[in-house]
Amino acid sequence: MFGVSANSQQRPPVDHPDGEVLRISDLSKIYMMGEVRVDALKHISLEFQAGELAVLLGASGSGKSTLLNIIGGLDVPSSGKLFFHGREMTAATEAELTAYRRRSIGFVFQFYNLISSLSALENVQLVTEIAENPMEAKEALRLVGLGDRLNHFPAQLSGGEQQRVAIARAVAKRPELLLCDEPTGALDFQTGKLVLDVIEKVNRELGTTTLVITHNASIAGMADRVVRLRSGELSEDRRNLTRMSPSELVW
Amino acid sequence: MKALQRKLLRELMRLKGQMLAVAAVVACGISVFVSMSSVKHSLEVSRQRYYNRFRFADVFVQVKRAPDFYRETVSRIPGVASVSTRITADVTLDVPGLDEPATARLVSIPEYRTPVLNDLFLKKGRYIEPGKPEEVIASKPFLEANHLAPGDRISAVINGRKRNLLIVGMGLSPEYIYEVQPGSFFPDKRRFGVFWMGRRSLESVLDMSGAFNDLSLTLAHGASEKDVIMRLDNLFKRYGSLGAYGRSEHLSDRFIVDEIKQVGIQITFLPVVFLAVAVFLLNIVLRRIVATQRDQIAVLKAIGYSNEDVGLHYLGFAMIPTAFGAVAGTLLGAWLGRGLMNIYAEFYNFAELVYYFRFEDVALSVLLSFAAAILGALGAVRSAVRLPPADAMRPDSPVLYKPGFFDRESLRKKIPVSLRIIVRNLERRPWKAALSVLMISLSVAILIAGRYTYDSLDRMVQVEFTRKHREDVTVIFNNPMPPSVRFNIASLDGVLEHEYYREEPVRMSFGHRVRRQSIKGMESAEGLQRLIDKANRQLSLPPDGILLTSTLAELLGVRPGDKLQVDFLQGWQRHRELLVSGTIDEILGLSAYMNLGALNRLAGDGGALNAAYLRLDQAKAGKLYTTFKGMPGVSGIMMLKAMKESFDELIAQSMNTSTVILTSFACVLAFAVVYNGARISLSERARELTSLRVLGMTKGEISFILLGEQALLTMAAIPVGFLIGIALSALLAHALSSELYRLPLVFSAFNFLFAFMVIVLVSVVSAILVRRRLTNLDMVEVLKTRE
Repeated sequence: MFGVSANSQQRPPVDHPDGEVLRISDLSKIYMMGEVRVDALKHISLEFQAGELAVLLGASGSGKSTLLNIIGGLDVPSSGKLFFHGREMTAATEAELTAYRRRSIGFVFQFYNLISSLSALENVQLVTEIAENPMEAKEALRLVGLGDRLNHFPAQLSGGEQQRVAIARAVAKRPELLLCDEPTGALDFQTGKLVLDVIEKVNRELGTTTLVITHNASIAGMADRVVRLRSGELSEDRRNLTRMSPSELVW
Repeated sequence: MKALQRKLLRELMRLKGQMLAVAAVVACGISVFVSMSSVKHSLEVSRQRYYNRFRFADVFVQVKRAPDFYRETVSRIPGVASVSTRITADVTLDVPGLDEPATARLVSIPEYRTPVLNDLFLKKGRYIEPGKPEEVIASKPFLEANHLAPGDRISAVINGRKRNLLIVGMGLSPEYIYEVQPGSFFPDKRRFGVFWMGRRSLESVLDMSGAFNDLSLTLAHGASEKDVIMRLDNLFKRYGSLGAYGRSEHLSDRFIVDEIKQVGIQITFLPVVFLAVAVFLLNIVLRRIVATQRDQIAVLKAIGYSNEDVGLHYLGFAMIPTAFGAVAGTLLGAWLGRGLMNIYAEFYNFAELVYYFRFEDVALSVLLSFAAAILGALGAVRSAVRLPPADAMRPDSPVLYKPGFFDRESLRKKIPVSLRIIVRNLERRPWKAALSVLMISLSVAILIAGRYTYDSLDRMVQVEFTRKHREDVTVIFNNPMPPSVRFNIASLDGVLEHEYYREEPVRMSFGHRVRRQSIKGMESAEGLQRLIDKANRQLSLPPDGILLTSTLAELLGVRPGDKLQVDFLQGWQRHRELLVSGTIDEILGLSAYMNLGALNRLAGDGGALNAAYLRLDQAKAGKLYTTFKGMPGVSGIMMLKAMKESFDELIAQSMNTSTVILTSFACVLAFAVVYNGARISLSERARELTSLRVLGMTKGEISFILLGEQALLTMAAIPVGFLIGIALSALLAHALSSELYRLPLVFSAFNFLFAFMVIVLVSVVSAILVRRRLTNLDMVEVLKTRE
């Protein structure tokens, strides 16, 4: 399943009609924020293909994080269905969702969410210890260019480095789906590009289906596909003709 | 080691102050449990083994003089397994190096060593040899207290004649595990000892050939003690029996059984308090950890850790300090238990007092502490497990504050902002504040209860040795004396005041309740001896009728105004009806008081006296003591001063040890609760307080907000703790009271002051520790972190 790998910097977008990884049908999410009712998602339907790198664009509050959380099995929709390889995840039990997250999903968060009491290596080991066929924790860190900072604690790392540890942690289990929630949101331009580079590299080299959430439209250039959400509704779903290298992005 | 375990250990290290506090509280509870359980078990086993090995009797009876063949008669009573008869007598001793006369209880033993009931354990030296009437074996505590050893000589006045005795052995007997002079409550090792002497020699010096005055027997399995006692009473009525009794009325056994019971009470009561506090501490600490790690919990779940993994991880925060506490508590408990047994060894004379450290006690205590840990962690762990990962990603929504009582317009202007923050914070979570107050007050209560026993003993000493008794010595006659004995005593040079009493053994009955009891006939209750109750009030002696101690009245089920049936056991053996004229709540023993004249009239024998209270001219006391040492008719002398000294040495010392232990444990408890409260509060409010710093408040002002809240809680806890402490002491007093003694409920001002000062000190120390953290808060860092 990691066989998809094209080597060019600019390559044609992936299109695998039979390689459907994820299907979302008529998904809605309503939740209460204190005493306020929030319609976070309204009747969303989408599919994602294996190896695809998709960018989910949307302003703050557009529902993109909610969508990502539902895809990742962290949250459940109010209505609608989610299929992973044809299996209905919205009908899964708590234990099945845990197994789903453990085996198939890699998360990268805006605020890195590293465990501050564990070193970079240990943060990655947190995953490799419970995953089924993980890569070496050190290898994952080398992949994100941190082979020399294994024993540093989060507090001793820069924001970009912390985010790269988080990416190493997410990909070390060789997930089928890498979900990145505003991975550059807390980073400056240069560092942000470095992090996107790593995400792109993982997608390219490992063939991991990758969803990147961002409010930054400039990032859309690096994707195979761009999905835009507005107030919980799907407002745009397009494919890029060419994928740009993150280093070429400007914002 | 797994990464998750490493996270646990590192974070425990970071919270080591709080975790140590939890571990210390657990350790205190476990150590009390382990030490007391093992002490209780050790005492029980030591007692049982001693009784079995040296054949401690089941039923005892003392008579004036009964012919030897009654031994046979008694052994034929159904249910009697074996019988021993003996001759016993109390005599005065002239102990080298001791001015005052001492008292020896002479107990006969066979000339040739054969197994008998209440056999003696020869600790040192040898058994007596036949044909050597001067040879005796003396009790260990007496010999040791007087620095005597086998080979030494000592002179005694037996039946009016001075005899030189040779101590050949040092012994102990199951009958005298608690060795006190008859009529006394507290041991005076220097002035009272048991001497075992050959039967033939005692027969000849006491003119008791072919007779005995003391019989003890063991019961066959399943025999009724009550029936045997009834038969014995019928049999020996005309031989001057004062009534047969079982082990439960045997003074020595009584003391040990009571002691074991009291240890049992401590096993339940203290560990429960400590473990309850541990549950509370774990609860607040863990809730805090889970609250601050919401995002980490979410990440763990997002990564694929199951709810069980996460739950167990947070349970670890409770289990590890508890495990530390359990191990430390067990070790401390083993050490404390051994120390306590050494104190008991001073107090109780066992042939061998073995310290049994039981695995079951340790296992049970570990089980208990882990149950406490789980109970304490449960809420927090459950919320960690239940936390939906997507929610956990979002920071907690701000807590809803509503205008409270102190926000009313009228009050608002008078209260400064910092104080308003404190009050609002307390108002917002009243249950949490109440629980904190309760926990701090529990440590105050333990301080109060710990020192209460000290005050209580102080009162006991004051009443029993000072207010109740003004005499210097009590001279006990070996036979009842006619009233004319006063003139002999009054003529002695150096006697300043003298007063007499009669002690008449009777059987009292009311309805179906019956008790053997002696009535004390007093000349007056305003002279050398007084009637002082537990509350230190003086009572007067009723002109007629009988005054009973409250416990005795309760046992008999009588109330003032009731008519009590009284059977005299000696003399004319009259049966009389007596009006209960009142009750007195005394500290020690069970007593019945009457006016001497009224008692004499009731007995109808023209009057008899059993002992004299004397106040002596101290300059002439030495000479008087010498006179008493050689005076026939005097069986013993009790000295108030000596009894007080021995009380101070033995009882007070052991009580002080337990007070010190309890006080230190209460300090640990107080510190753990106060320090943890402040730390939790700091962690909860760090962001808010730092924001206030950013807005321009000084370090002093934010310290005031944080520590002021703690101070307010502590101040509220002190009076509550006083009340709980008083209730706890009353409960203790009730639980520890027995027929032997009742602890008076008294509290000195110092007790409250001491508890107050300890809590203030503990609060100041934890405030200093927390303030250091507070002033070191990095403004930029704190504001950067989420939550």
